Amino acid sequence: MKLAVLGAGAVGRSVAELAGDYGHTVTALADSSGAVVDGDGIDVDAALAAKEADGTVGSARPETALEAEYDALVEATPTTLGDAEPGFGHVEAALERDRHVVLANKGPVAERYADVRALERESAGDVLFEATVGGAMPVLSTIDDFDPEHITAARGVLNGTANFILSRMAAEGLGYEHVLAEAQDLGVAEADPTFDVEGTDAALKCVIVANVLAGERREYTLDDATVEGISSIPGSALELAQEDGRTIRLIGEVADGDVRVGPRLVPENAALSVSGTRNIVQLETEHAGRLNISGRGAGGPETASAVLADVGRLPEA
Amino acid sequence: MSDSQDEVRAYTVRLELVDEPGELLRALHPIADNGGNLLSIFHERGNMTPRGHIPVEVDLEATPERFEDIVEALQAENFNIIQAGAERYSEALTIVLSGHLVNTDLSHTLSHIQEATEATVTDLSLSAPEGTEDVSSARLRLATEAGNADNALAAVREIAAEKELTVVEPLTAGGDA
Repeated sequence: MKLAVLGAGAVGRSVAELAGDYGHTVTALADSSGAVVDGDGIDVDAALAAKEADGTVGSARPETALEAEYDALVEATPTTLGDAEPGFGHVEAALERDRHVVLANKGPVAERYADVRALERESAGDVLFEATVGGAMPVLSTIDDFDPEHITAARGVLNGTANFILSRMAAEGLGYEHVLAEAQDLGVAEADPTFDVEGTDAALKCVIVANVLAGERREYTLDDATVEGISSIPGSALELAQEDGRTIRLIGEVADGDVRVGPRLVPENAALSVSGTRNIVQLETEHAGRLNISGRGAGGPETASAVLADVGRLPEA
Repeated sequence: MSDSQDEVRAYTVRLELVDEPGELLRALHPIADNGGNLLSIFHERGNMTPRGHIPVEVDLEATPERFEDIVEALQAENFNIIQAGAERYSEALTIVLSGHLVNTDLSHTLSHIQEATEATVTDLSLSAPEGTEDVSSARLRLATEAGNADNALAAVREIAAEKELTVVEPLTAGGDA
């Protein structure tokens, strides 16, 4: 399949690098300031080297990637809230050309799910977005396989940064600020960690799961989620939890029409209390009990592998 | 992989003890001997039943299978079990509050929680490593009637918001992890 990749951050870069491995051809790659386009396949290594050296993948205008020859558009630009632009516009442009869309950008399906689905209905193209929830973990495809109608609730640890901070605080008896600084040094937390530690990132993923579970019945956006972060959790709270055989994790829950993200007490030896940057999602199924899906919830190659799994699920044109 | 039969759950057992020395200890043996993990014991000495017995409430953790063995063992020892497990206090909620607990009058917070939630605070631990003037944390165990856990949590959230405290809640929707 021919892929146009929008976004040359960690995920977009990895998709471009790994596409060949999965039998696909990258015909366009764009970042915010430039693009490289070739209907027969671009030279990915050269484009990424150019990005390294000049800060952009190529000299063409970024929009040329949208107009290029491709079967599926991979949207891996940064997640934006509200109108989810420019990501949403990219989705719209591809669907209007009857092309498929694979999203790594959470914005369009978290903030404008009904709009995306409406565009998809009018198009011969499909929209898939496995990579938006839980990185490498097959969460949405598992929900799809089980049928959303037969899944009653979902919950999990969906942010590796917050989980790393809480597990380090518990293991080392250190304070929040100390561990955050350490996480930033290690590259686990970004310079501005707000999105992760205040629960927004986990909430967006939960909202996407809620949208998939609700189908056409109801649309969720970030505004529908009750979100609390971990920045006000002192070391003493973790200590008291530990004394009682528990620990604290930033848990996202989707159940009974509610989307909630916040610090929760979890038994220390429970499946949910994953440590480090690991993620987990638990699905409550109607007929088959609980299903645990655990793995790496972020990272370039990890998320790219979910994108490429989606590409593999698309019908051949 | 979590098979519900292997999962440790919290249970509450309510017993009536004869008012004789050593009875409480004798009642705890069947629990410990069958692999139950004792969480708390509430010995209501001042609260005799009409038959002159003393009610005791034991919170424990065990797998469902072990819990059955515990109940059988207690019955074999002729203990009068009033309630076991999921009937009355099916939900022993544990929460952690953090913030300026002491400056915001912890005992008022607790009594407020008990009144508003119709729950009983059965256990309290306080940790104030930076001194009571600074941020501290408290772990509370609340025993609530079946079906009342959501209401109790909602009330706790409200009280915490009023006093600008952080609440770490247990999991809702399906309970144990």
